[in-house]
Amino acid sequence: MNIVVCIKQVPNTNEIKINPETGTLIRDGVPSIMNPDDKGGLEMALRLKDQYGAHVTVITMGPPQADAILREAFAMGADRAILLTDRKFAGADTLATSYALAGAIKTLDYDLIIAGRQAIDGDTAQVAPEMAEHLGLPQVSYTVDLKYNNGLCMVKKETEEGYQILEVPTPCVLTVLATANKPRYMSVKGIMEAFDKEVEIWTADKIDVDPNRLGLKGSPTRVKKSFTKPQKTPGQVYEVDAEEAVGIIISKLKEKFII
Amino acid sequence: MEKTDYKNVFVFAEQRDGVIQSVALELLGKAHELAGVLNEKVVAVLPGHNISKHAQMLIEYGADEVICIDEPELKDYLTEQYAQTICQVVEKFKPSILMIGATTIGRDLGPRLAARLTTGLTADCTRLEISEEGELMMTRPAFGGNLMATIMCTEHRPQMSTVRPGVMQKMTRDENRKGNVIAFKPTFDKSKFLVRMVENVKVDKGKVDITDAKVLVSGGRGVGCKEGFEKLQALADVFPNAEVSSSRAMVDAGIIDHDRQVGQTGKTVRPDLYFALGISGAIQHLAGMEESDFIIAVNKDKFAPIFSVADLGIVCDLNKVVPLLTARLASEIEKK
Repeated sequence: MNIVVCIKQVPNTNEIKINPETGTLIRDGVPSIMNPDDKGGLEMALRLKDQYGAHVTVITMGPPQADAILREAFAMGADRAILLTDRKFAGADTLATSYALAGAIKTLDYDLIIAGRQAIDGDTAQVAPEMAEHLGLPQVSYTVDLKYNNGLCMVKKETEEGYQILEVPTPCVLTVLATANKPRYMSVKGIMEAFDKEVEIWTADKIDVDPNRLGLKGSPTRVKKSFTKPQKTPGQVYEVDAEEAVGIIISKLKEKFII
Repeated sequence: MEKTDYKNVFVFAEQRDGVIQSVALELLGKAHELAGVLNEKVVAVLPGHNISKHAQMLIEYGADEVICIDEPELKDYLTEQYAQTICQVVEKFKPSILMIGATTIGRDLGPRLAARLTTGLTADCTRLEISEEGELMMTRPAFGGNLMATIMCTEHRPQMSTVRPGVMQKMTRDENRKGNVIAFKPTFDKSKFLVRMVENVKVDKGKVDITDAKVLVSGGRGVGCKEGFEKLQALADVFPNAEVSSSRAMVDAGIIDHDRQVGQTGKTVRPDLYFALGISGAIQHLAGMEESDFIIAVNKDKFAPIFSVADLGIVCDLNKVVPLLTARLASEIEKK
């Protein structure tokens, strides 16, 4: 059984702060991590490896420094790692990104493709379903559990109201939530070996794609502008005891006709 | 693709078990506004089984036309069945804009469709406007709500976006509104129907939808424990349409259910009145509630960021304020 796991290196958005004077993001010193949902996906793949001896390939598209998360994946137990990196991929929106990933995965052997539901920097949840479409494979998103048996996946999908059990044959694409499992730690032996293993560097020439559909050129959407939210003018703040506080709240609610 | 061939604002009318979802009505409200600027029609696309009876309601909430696709295969949402259907609707009717609710269904369907149609899709939009050139400007939060980005799709059609539930405003229902209902019959390639639903389980979580509440009594770390939330519930009980909600900290601590969480990874709410009690106001929380009409924050820490968005701030111990406020409010409301 061959499993391909798509992972992404992201800034830890919990640690991003805004410079109150310039209104811009402070990215300096913000650590880069393996996207949490992707790590859940990798763990799901590694559990299938533990159970069935699956071969696990991790793939990422990004700048050369994304090498770090591929080595982390090695240290967790992945067997092969591919870094798709090329200036031709730059400026890709979700459609062009999914197209490039599909072009790379097409050249691999796979039964199951696993990705995280969404990345914490963009929160779009679009790349994996778009990739599934390019590959012509069925998809199940919001996966929290998987039972695999002889070419058939029983997938538990989280919904707003509860969950669904969906049956899907391989090959297929699953997108996984970080809450699906608790990813294993890197093993000491794994960390030692991760540095000696080869991360394969693939450029656009190596994959099965039409170059016009890559990067900015292949992206139907454009970011017109980005901005930090305009600051709201704060209301009055009172430092008072509880009795007085309640009086202020009640008179304000009356003034606003809420009561 | 000839851009001028594409017109009208389409809304995916999501239904579950034959019930039209609130987000579909919110999108119709927004579509009505956008179509007004463009001088085009609002068209609701309604796939499902035995759902034609809901077409009139979509008209009353702002649709000028409803395309009904009534097929047994469409009873429950499944990606491929719905993707084939909506794709054929788009190819035949050529919408300029297609809006989809950013639910687990919409966020599964949207990207599948966008890739099939080779067009752009903008996820989880919180603002939609028409530019001077008549193009759709889609604004969404990124980097955990730290940054807003306005995105456009000028060379491809339709311009697609998913929209967060609870963000757009429904129109007031008008039972005299008239519109056309069109039946559409898709041609299915059933060989691609590979996913089978074995079970669809609804976990009864007390069926709360905090996005529907007029008043939210929201608690954070400062509330601390389950007993603290009982006091918040007592305050909520004073109002006719109020619910208790919380920040992420209390959900992570297992004190409150995820469906009551407000914020970037929870729900976006805009009630008439939002109490932020013992909530410090992380940016991810603010992203989910700052559009509320009136925000009252109570926090012991006068430097808490929540005070930057509060309309009224009280620096005091919430454990003292809440019981007193509950009692006083109850007697005020009883007086009326």
